[in-house]
Amino acid sequence: MKVHTYERMFLAVGALLLVACLGALLYASTSHNMHLPGHVGAIDPARVRETAPFDQPGVQQTGPDAYTVVVIGSAWSFTPDEIRVPAGAAVTFVATSTDIIHGFYVAKTRVNVMLIPGQISRVTHTFDTPGEYLLLCHEYCGLGHHLMSGRVIVE
Amino acid sequence: MSASTVMDPHGYELPADHRRYLRWTLYVGYAALVAGVFHGLAQALAYAKVDILQFFPDLKNYYQGLTAHGVANVLTFTFSFSNGFLPLLTARALSRPLNGFLVRATFAALLLGNLLTIYAIWSGTSNVLFTSYAPLQAHWTYYLGLALIVVSTWLATLNMVLALAAWRKNHRGERIPLLAFISIASYVMWFLASLPIAVLFLGFLLPWTLGWLSGTDPLFDRTLFWWTGHAIVYAWLLPAYVSWYALIPRQVEGKLVSDAYARITFILFLLLSIPTGFHHQYTDPGVPTAMKTVHAVLTFGVFFPSLATAFSVMASLEMGGRKRGGTGLIGWFRRLPWDDPSVTAQLLAMLTFVLGGATGLVNASYMMNQIIHNTTWVPGHFHMTVGTAVALTFMGVAYWLVPYLTGRALWSRGLALASSWIYTIGTLIFARGMISAGLEGMPRRIFRVEAAYDNPAWDLGGMLTAVGGTLMFFGIMMFFVDIGMTILAGKKGEQPKDVPVSETLTEPARTGWEPNLDRLGLWVVVAVLLIAIAYGPFLLTYGAPRLISPGFRLF
Repeated sequence: MKVHTYERMFLAVGALLLVACLGALLYASTSHNMHLPGHVGAIDPARVRETAPFDQPGVQQTGPDAYTVVVIGSAWSFTPDEIRVPAGAAVTFVATSTDIIHGFYVAKTRVNVMLIPGQISRVTHTFDTPGEYLLLCHEYCGLGHHLMSGRVIVE
Repeated sequence: MSASTVMDPHGYELPADHRRYLRWTLYVGYAALVAGVFHGLAQALAYAKVDILQFFPDLKNYYQGLTAHGVANVLTFTFSFSNGFLPLLTARALSRPLNGFLVRATFAALLLGNLLTIYAIWSGTSNVLFTSYAPLQAHWTYYLGLALIVVSTWLATLNMVLALAAWRKNHRGERIPLLAFISIASYVMWFLASLPIAVLFLGFLLPWTLGWLSGTDPLFDRTLFWWTGHAIVYAWLLPAYVSWYALIPRQVEGKLVSDAYARITFILFLLLSIPTGFHHQYTDPGVPTAMKTVHAVLTFGVFFPSLATAFSVMASLEMGGRKRGGTGLIGWFRRLPWDDPSVTAQLLAMLTFVLGGATGLVNASYMMNQIIHNTTWVPGHFHMTVGTAVALTFMGVAYWLVPYLTGRALWSRGLALASSWIYTIGTLIFARGMISAGLEGMPRRIFRVEAAYDNPAWDLGGMLTAVGGTLMFFGIMMFFVDIGMTILAGKKGEQPKDVPVSETLTEPARTGWEPNLDRLGLWVVVAVLLIAIAYGPFLLTYGAPRLISPGFRLF
């Protein structure tokens, strides 16, 4: 029957399309060196403020065009909540939570990572355009969730 | 040559007391749907900075309502429906009764689970959202209540499996009727998928809440949650697929194209739904990137059976449309029975699902996921999948199922048709708003009215969300009135007398490779192997859960 031939053709084309999409995704992520956050390390959430590097939150220059920003998230604020970095530099955010799960999201960028108590999050990004970016918690963290925010100022 | 998807095409009716319990199981679900959308309306309006929370006298805060919305609409509604629908179809397909004790026990577990969960949410002690992320800590009744709802699905699964086993004894060498096979496969998949969340709730969160465990491991808990949490979307979807595959062809005067492909589709869902959970944790620390990539590949794989479904369902529709006099490339589509509310609701659900599936593929593509993760893009996506493909299909099924079970005709076809159209148009406007605002960086799950930040670029999306969400709300209210009036005042004796079971073009083969498709036990073993491949490396390298976090009740 003809319909069964069409069905096999449709499925073959569909499968090829999926493989092509997946191939494009894998190629793009490897060729542009864009990776997901992965395993960094564990930490005791009760001792975050005494554990390096979180005993010194803030921006540190680590190379000619490289900066590390250490951030602590806790209900319902980021420390620091104002971050100044230069445009064009590789900025590595290292962050964790002292209490519950929070989000660490610089709106409209790929800086989008969860802060999970007991785990250290790390994500690197280069801000090409100077300006003020909104930093916010995008995971529900209780009554004050919509108050938890900050600014990234790119100069 | 064509064959019925059930054993006895001339109708089999369950005993009256089974029908009564199944009917009330469905009512629990539909009541949850209606109850949940009140806060849905409040949320949609809040994205346009319109605050109607003062009209909810018992509501303590936005997030209590958000918890209620999620739990009622994606947990209680979906599983109550399936607990009634799938066993009913299995019994009909096999032409044999269910186990009466299990029918009652399923209903009792569902009811008790709901009462505990409603208490937990109503009291304001469990504003943790349906994701229940520890170490936010809910009241113990919340975890126990939800666990009992899961137990009710296990009892329903057991009932269907026992019915199949009993049927097999008397039908050696026969193929399992297709409708029974796909109904049972749906809930067998969910049974496997639900084990991690059962371990999470009963093994970790409940003892932790009661003080028997000193702490909990937030990342480990989250992993258990999403281990179940992606497959759960297929547990919501598959009962809708059962209707699209095996009932809708009959409702539009078409036939199901291929018995074997239908079975293969459901087997693929059984195999591939579960080992995909890490794609909800793309942005989580502590999960190695390579493991996320494996799950990304498998997530693309589970898209394949949905493509197969698209072909099969469209072919059945075309057959029906042409039989009804439709001609030309798309003329058949206009000739479908658009005056039948059950069909119209499900056709609109299918059309919306095309967009839902496409946005889902974006979510699975991890680089794009980093742009939209936890923005309003995501609820924009899933209101087209579970919110419409599933919910509107379940509403469409109600238009024949409630009359069938009550013996009363649908109260108003016009109201039902209007409900489906208004709901669909509402969803499309709503999703357009949420998706565009999400691309502008608007976070999901925030109370925008009181947020410490805002962005004018979110205003258009927020406004569309409010307009669409309002239409969706009115669509559901019309459904509620129509079903309520059907139960109370529908004309007696004018109801459909049987489940609309379809025929397939060809009889299922009794020789060759096809009979192997019926070996559900074998497929379960393969599914477990795939799960071991997908989650084994994480479990082995992560080691024992670190019980580091005390409970926080910050709400």
